Amino acid sequence: MAAMSRESLLSLEHLSAHYVSQQGARVVPAVEDVTLRLGAGETLGIVGESGSGKSTLALTIMRQLPPAARIVSGRMMFEGENLLDKTDAEMRHVRGKRIAMILQDPMASLNPLFSIGNQVGEPLRVHEGASFKLAWKRAIELLKSVRIASPETRVSQFPHEMSGGMRQRIVGAIGISCEPRLLIADEPTTSLDLTIQAQYLNLLGDLQRQYGLALIFITHNLGIVAKMCDLLAVMYAGRIVEQGPVSRIFSAPAHPYTRALLGSIPRMTDNRGRLTAIEGQPPDLSSLPPGCAFAPRCPAAIARCRREAPPEIAIDSDHTARCWLAESDSEAPPAIGARARSDGT
Amino acid sequence: MKQYIIRRTGYSLLSLFLLSLTIFLFVRVTGDPTSLLLEPGASLEDIANLRRQFGLDQPLWLQYWLFVKSFLTGDLGLSFYYRTPVLDLYFERLPNSLLLAAVAMILSLVIGIPSGVLAAVHVGGFWDNAGKIFTLLGLSLPSFFIGLVLILIFTVYLGWLPSSGAGTAWHVVMPAFTLGWYFAAAHMRLTRSSMLEVLGSEYVKLARLKGLPEAMVVGKHAFKNALIPVITLAGINLVVMINVAVVVETVFAWPGIGRLLYEGITFRDFPIVQAVVVLGGSMIILVNLLVDILYAFIDPRIRLES
Repeated sequence: MAAMSRESLLSLEHLSAHYVSQQGARVVPAVEDVTLRLGAGETLGIVGESGSGKSTLALTIMRQLPPAARIVSGRMMFEGENLLDKTDAEMRHVRGKRIAMILQDPMASLNPLFSIGNQVGEPLRVHEGASFKLAWKRAIELLKSVRIASPETRVSQFPHEMSGGMRQRIVGAIGISCEPRLLIADEPTTSLDLTIQAQYLNLLGDLQRQYGLALIFITHNLGIVAKMCDLLAVMYAGRIVEQGPVSRIFSAPAHPYTRALLGSIPRMTDNRGRLTAIEGQPPDLSSLPPGCAFAPRCPAAIARCRREAPPEIAIDSDHTARCWLAESDSEAPPAIGARARSDGT
Repeated sequence: MKQYIIRRTGYSLLSLFLLSLTIFLFVRVTGDPTSLLLEPGASLEDIANLRRQFGLDQPLWLQYWLFVKSFLTGDLGLSFYYRTPVLDLYFERLPNSLLLAAVAMILSLVIGIPSGVLAAVHVGGFWDNAGKIFTLLGLSLPSFFIGLVLILIFTVYLGWLPSSGAGTAWHVVMPAFTLGWYFAAAHMRLTRSSMLEVLGSEYVKLARLKGLPEAMVVGKHAFKNALIPVITLAGINLVVMINVAVVVETVFAWPGIGRLLYEGITFRDFPIVQAVVVLGGSMIILVNLLVDILYAFIDPRIRLES
């Protein structure tokens, strides 16, 4: 694991992004009050069910939300600047240059009509003013660094001539082309088969070390998180319900939802023959219950959970959970946590 | 690629054969041409003579065979009415039709493609709604109506443009606009929907995430992809324009092949109708073939399919 530097590269403070229907009648809080920090070179895994706001959070950081969505509040500090203060033109020079993103569908992420070299070199031409020829040469080197065999011939080929794994590595090459400080990968391996997945993850790990990248890994695969990440943030209904170092969360999950997620990983030693599922359905974001969004599905919910939404409760310096029942490991438990416990008994 | 072209050509020849057979049979259902060419009191003998002269006394299969044989040698026969070679009549009129279609096509693309892109980029906005009204009017107003309205305004009231005939650049303006109007709307609608589809694609999303300027996202990544179906349609439409201008050419008395066909039908002039339809059909089939091949050059995915 990368050395922990707590000098933060990216720091989100109470960030909220909502989808608003055309008449403004329906508001869907896809990302709600998200606070998290990521240091240079660190890897953060964001997990959660489909629709929990993971991808919206990624697009919020890129400031590339669909037209119906708005960033309604919060701050996004990146290398000391608030990205929300930037104009659209300034933000364009952050995207692809300082923060890059990889989408989940490698088959569809490349434009079928342009050669690989053209597309891989594009960020260099746009952000660094490289000539077509220079960008092409760099593209060959980038293909080599993502381990594409015979890059000199591949560079002038078209996306349909590549396999899915190769295309995803090419998308990776596009991501690192301007040597960004942060790379966001949105479920980059879901459409790849397992052996290719492992190769790709190793590749990303190597690139991270080589370029000193910080990585945000969006996934619903906790196995990948265990293998790749330093930090973990668990999202539920648009909020981060638990975050902290991976090792700490895996050994002592504080939120019932995290416990349920960890419990639903199938194990070879399990001989019950059934997969464990979390009871109930993810909530409708446009009509969330007044209290904790997970309360209706939570086996440990108490009366207070249904009345009041829990704040982020610190379990120790860098481990928090949004749960009234979250227990603190530290000597002096925060007041709210203590009250929650007495409330439960 | 070679195999692809050979297969496409085979389909084209089959279509052409079916077309020639159909039109050959259909014109013969419309009635006897001799009754229109001879005086009402003509003797049975005169009628029989004329029929023999035209070859209409032969069995159908033999007539068809002779038609195909002479067609393949480039002989389209003599017009029943004018008594001159059909091919001469055709080529006399063709330049006018080509000119009309070319101007109408340019108008339709110049209007249709930018307005389609504009509507797609501002979907739901002012330009999109204005475009919708334009499309609705373009596709639903019949060309004879538009032609008459234009004549009323620009000839009768303003006196700016000539209402009929050909000869100067001014003559082509109203017929070309009337003919191009419908196609401009069709090209706009297709450009819009095709752009919208492409703008929603993952590669456009990635292009934006790369930090490309919006002009490059729309102009390079989206537009080239969105143009493929529009090129196909425009290519086919060019030939369609040459061959469907019957109404427009009649309204503006434009001496093109549309008018020739109209006259041919009026006089049951079989060789003219057959020639205009089969030549028009050949053009449409040929252009479809060329578009398919051009497609393969633009889109690398088709190139490799065998």
